[in-house]
Amino acid sequence: MRAGRRAFSLGARRTQPRIVPPGDPRDRGGPAQPLLLVEKLRKYFPITGGVLNRKIGAVKAVDGVSFVVVKGETLGIVGESGCGKSTLARLLVGLIPSDSGSVVFDGDPVGGAHGISLRELRRNLQIVFQDSDASLNPRLPIEESIAYGPRVHGMARAEAKSTARDLLGRVGLRPELFAPRYPHEISGGQKQRVNIARALALSPRLLILDEAVSALDKSVEAQVLNLLRYLKTHFNLTYLFISHDLNVVSFIADRVMVMYLGQVVEIGPSDAIFDAPKHPYTRALLESRLTVDPRHRIEAPPLTGDPPNPIAPPSGCRFRTRCAFAEEICAEKVPGLGGWRDAAAHLAACHMTDRMSGHSRAGQALPPLPRAPKPIEAQIA
Amino acid sequence: MNAALVPSLVEVRDLSVKFAGRDGAVSAVNGVSFHLKPAEVLCLIGESGSGKSVTMRALMGLLPKRRAQVEGYIRIAEHEILALDERRLATLRGAAMAMIFQEPMTALDPVYTIGKQIAEAVQRHAHATRQAAMARALELLQLVKVPSPERRLKAYPHELSGGMRQRAMIAIALACQPALLLADEPTTALDATVQVQVLILLRKLQQEFGMALMFVTHDLGVAAQIGDRVAVMYAGRIVEEGSAQEVLLNPRHPYTIGMLASTMQGRVRGRDIETIPGSPPDMRFLPPGCSFAPRCRFATASCRETMPSAVTVAPGHTAACSRVAEVSPSAKLAVS
Repeated sequence: MRAGRRAFSLGARRTQPRIVPPGDPRDRGGPAQPLLLVEKLRKYFPITGGVLNRKIGAVKAVDGVSFVVVKGETLGIVGESGCGKSTLARLLVGLIPSDSGSVVFDGDPVGGAHGISLRELRRNLQIVFQDSDASLNPRLPIEESIAYGPRVHGMARAEAKSTARDLLGRVGLRPELFAPRYPHEISGGQKQRVNIARALALSPRLLILDEAVSALDKSVEAQVLNLLRYLKTHFNLTYLFISHDLNVVSFIADRVMVMYLGQVVEIGPSDAIFDAPKHPYTRALLESRLTVDPRHRIEAPPLTGDPPNPIAPPSGCRFRTRCAFAEEICAEKVPGLGGWRDAAAHLAACHMTDRMSGHSRAGQALPPLPRAPKPIEAQIA
Repeated sequence: MNAALVPSLVEVRDLSVKFAGRDGAVSAVNGVSFHLKPAEVLCLIGESGSGKSVTMRALMGLLPKRRAQVEGYIRIAEHEILALDERRLATLRGAAMAMIFQEPMTALDPVYTIGKQIAEAVQRHAHATRQAAMARALELLQLVKVPSPERRLKAYPHELSGGMRQRAMIAIALACQPALLLADEPTTALDATVQVQVLILLRKLQQEFGMALMFVTHDLGVAAQIGDRVAVMYAGRIVEEGSAQEVLLNPRHPYTIGMLASTMQGRVRGRDIETIPGSPPDMRFLPPGCSFAPRCRFATASCRETMPSAVTVAPGHTAACSRVAEVSPSAKLAVS
């Protein structure tokens, strides 16, 4: 009975214009209150083995991650495979339970006695995955796929359908042409547009894009990125943009968070991070970017080896085994990130950024990045 | 020395590949011609479905005989690939030419150790004893810079990281010092920091062995990092070809120009990126004229009717566009 009542109120809200005005009625704490506050989130995946199938270890996928997401921003999360960025996304959406830590959505703790339920969170927070094909039900016309979420949350069938068609138009797919089609009848880029439309169907406030453009062809990737920019302003969205591609992140993100082996190693405004990274790992990632100018080839690899095994990460700083500046202190003590609640701060979990750490380079900045060649545009013109 | 006098190692003329499918034939490659000199690196750039991987597989003689209809002429060293039977091809694969793939986990056999898989190639083609082959395998693992190679010899593929597996794949490919190495997006599945390592390693080995390398990628940055020459493919055709510097810094085909304009590198935040409208064509129903015409802002009626032929725009730089005189890079850049 209660579910039915909620459905009614939800339906009523749905008739309002879809473009959310600057003063978002869903906003609760005002602009100063972070939309998402994640504190000490942890997820270990147990590894079992032996005859008794006992726990013999754990993959430390997400290990004490804390950060805030400001309303209306795009926070880019970068890192190599195995750094925990996708696990983090799944934890935030509640697809897997966390071991410990807390998530607060616009002032409301998620899952607690006084906060909001997971169901309510999911209406506000949606996710788009990398594999555009696997995320769509092959037996449903795309219009049904998009309308599915609102219907589960209680919207009437006809209304859900018209919402779906409206959204198809918004993501650049003509509804009369695409609504009745099945996923196998459309291209990869179009499927990803459908996935984005579906994610928007519940009018979420936060959209998590987990490598959402990585599988697309380059020319299509650019189209979808432009679309994301358009949707963000028109639906008053906040993005959590997860990607391994630094060029894409530098284009779309206002702030960047860099992860390594389940932990945050650096976070800060995009410009600060891309111009003057503070963590040696971030610096190496930036140096590994390939330019389209054959005159500026990378002659020596910025990093050697692969990321270590997340089952048994190195002691102290987890990056020290690949770090050119590693010293004794790095093996002994885990470097802290500091005041992560301050969204404007540029922080790095590195002993070199802490004057009192005892590292011989403590307090010194990293050597500047080799000058990046200008974008191709300027060169041709 | 006149570079033109060096005989080419690979010659491909008018290669076309059609796959018979349930809903009509897919024209994957439509008249591709190119050549490759010894010790040269040629990058085939293209999006998915552009025919770059199929071209590579045709060179390797790997296309399924019954389903793929291959026409044209392929010569690698003195061998005419399309005229050879399967037995003869098998003796060439690994010895004269070798190939590495995007996903080392599926290309390696999960039930044999890395050492065994490298040694197999050595035993097969160099007719070495098992012990000699294992010793060679160890050498090869050292060559591709796998840390603690003695231990890795006895490791199974699942025990290695992605970068290490790709290095093992390269070791297998190099086992018999082939004159030609074909690489099909070998670094696409790797992390950025590992990708650079593998690219630099490949380039170094290629130079050390004087080996020709054909490298397929969709990433312009990768092509710029490794290619001497690049060939841009679209809808099964080479639309632009030339030295890496010429093509990437002075592109003349509207498709190449569009691809370069839509790279994210160095773009200003908060402004739209220029994009190529539409999506790649359906390879079952290719338009009669230039395949890129439906997405091209320079296209005229004649572009949609007649197939453009390659025009030389600079020495060694060709573009298959009938409006190449009107297409200037600065014209398109006025928009952004």
